[in-house]
Amino acid sequence: MLLYQLTAHALHEKLKAREITAVELTESVYERIEAVESHVKGYLTLTEELALEQAGAADVGFQNGNEMPPLAGIPFAIKDVICTKGVRTTCASKILENFVPPYDATVMTKLHQQGVVMIGKTNMDEFAMGSSTENSAYQVTHNPWDLETIPGGSSGGSAAVVAADTAILSLGSDTGGSIRQPAALCGVVGMKPTYGRISRYGLIAFASSLDQIGPFTKDVTDCALVLNALCGKDEMDSTSVDVAVPDFTKSLINGIEGMKIGVPKEYFAEGLDTDVAECVHTAIAELEKLGAAIVEISLPHTDYAIATYYIIAPAEASANLARYDGVRYGYRTEEPADLINMYKKTRSEGFGQEVKRRIMLGTFALSTGYQDAYYKKAQKVRTLIKSDFDAAFEKVDVIVTPTSPTPAFKIGERTADPLQMYMCDVMTTPASHAGLPGISVPCGFVQSGLPVGLQLLAKPFAEESVLRVAYTYEQNTEHHHKKPEICLHEDGS
Amino acid sequence: MATITTDGVSHVANLARLEFNEEETKDFTEQLARILDYIGKLNELDTDDVPPTSHIHPQHNITKADIVKTSLPRDDVLANAPEPEEGYFGVPRVIDTA
Repeated sequence: MLLYQLTAHALHEKLKAREITAVELTESVYERIEAVESHVKGYLTLTEELALEQAGAADVGFQNGNEMPPLAGIPFAIKDVICTKGVRTTCASKILENFVPPYDATVMTKLHQQGVVMIGKTNMDEFAMGSSTENSAYQVTHNPWDLETIPGGSSGGSAAVVAADTAILSLGSDTGGSIRQPAALCGVVGMKPTYGRISRYGLIAFASSLDQIGPFTKDVTDCALVLNALCGKDEMDSTSVDVAVPDFTKSLINGIEGMKIGVPKEYFAEGLDTDVAECVHTAIAELEKLGAAIVEISLPHTDYAIATYYIIAPAEASANLARYDGVRYGYRTEEPADLINMYKKTRSEGFGQEVKRRIMLGTFALSTGYQDAYYKKAQKVRTLIKSDFDAAFEKVDVIVTPTSPTPAFKIGERTADPLQMYMCDVMTTPASHAGLPGISVPCGFVQSGLPVGLQLLAKPFAEESVLRVAYTYEQNTEHHHKKPEICLHEDGS
Repeated sequence: MATITTDGVSHVANLARLEFNEEETKDFTEQLARILDYIGKLNELDTDDVPPTSHIHPQHNITKADIVKTSLPRDDVLANAPEPEEGYFGVPRVIDTA
């Protein structure tokens, strides 16, 4: 195996044993980028010079025999929604085309404490609004498994670069499924921890009651290592929660005997691709064989999650995106007639269509006369969705579902119909409403060869249960070892 | 739940400080009407006695110690401003001095 193909934990062993240097590893990843990035287009910004500096610093630590953190010297890609001091952060929007943050997000501070190597900033749907990464103002990212299909979204760049081996690890953000769904479509591991587990300070806000940062990795062990580095209360984010952070690597136990795993019947209804259903049923049978008790459960309000999401998320977004007015940072229109005209022209020229659509939807849902009928109604249904999960977790430890109802679809296939695009999130938004931790792990392939993801959910702050089931499943299956064709040849052919 | 008209779209656009030409207004009206029609399915549920969820975890008021700390340097903050002016954010004139 080539260096760029390995996991972070395997690379850490090699770095520690001084078989390789972080500079060699970083160069290997940039060679891989040179070979395949023009096909995948996962990055908006590459930071090679900075990366080699960071790699050099990590090497000094290893050479001195210091006790180095598990992520030291590991090439990391960051979704372009996370503020990186001194490195352009665009949210894939024209309105932030030249924005260079004067500070680091808390997650970046924590990654720098680990000594990671930042490779670059990844493409995404503008302001994280979308399910295919086609809403980027800059470029379309291609799924490494089939370059004519989308990588999922909104963190499509972060998923694609891990799948294409142009990063070892990456960070994304998940509001209604934006980590889990692209992880499934790109055949990698992606996890959204419990709402409040990881500080959102420096994460450019979309929907504040839902947003959460999380990792994309090549296996579950790496996922646990990134959680260890990032979780914990932060006084800069009052919604981060002061709950003890365990050592998540302790959850990497190969065994699930006696655990109860719930299968919600509502997730296997009409609209689920038959190949996807087959992969997921096979995975559930495997979990049973490994000793888990499989329990059929019901989450009766599942069917209302999308409608609820497309009120709450746009409403919060309409408030959060009011800050882009051309005054303090970002794009400003040329020669405005007056101040109000400057706001209107700046915003109308700077935002893309989907962002405008959601600002409109959210502003409408919060406007006089409609707030109770829409926003408050949605908040009440959110309570019902959460209550479904509360009742289910009285009976089971973990819930298993497909992550996405379909595999990756063709680029351009759903762009004409916003509502059809919104349906991509049908299996991920319910857990977002309830703030639950959720992971997507590879669980097979449809006949055309595209990957399928298995979603595992647990009650708030029970990431350990999710990781244990995910790890056991992974250790007893081979899906995560398979690489897309694009990754089989050095030159990307 | 109500549906939305082109006048409604123009009103909401003004609230959101956006502006659209005639064709965009028509497109947004059609798209938003379809989305709102779909969202109307929430009315199938009786939620009269259901409390709304605004925050998922039981949280109380969060305060932090009132200690003065150094803010970002002014030049760093103004570095991203489209039209900084003498240490301030410059905007089009809002007071008529004529």
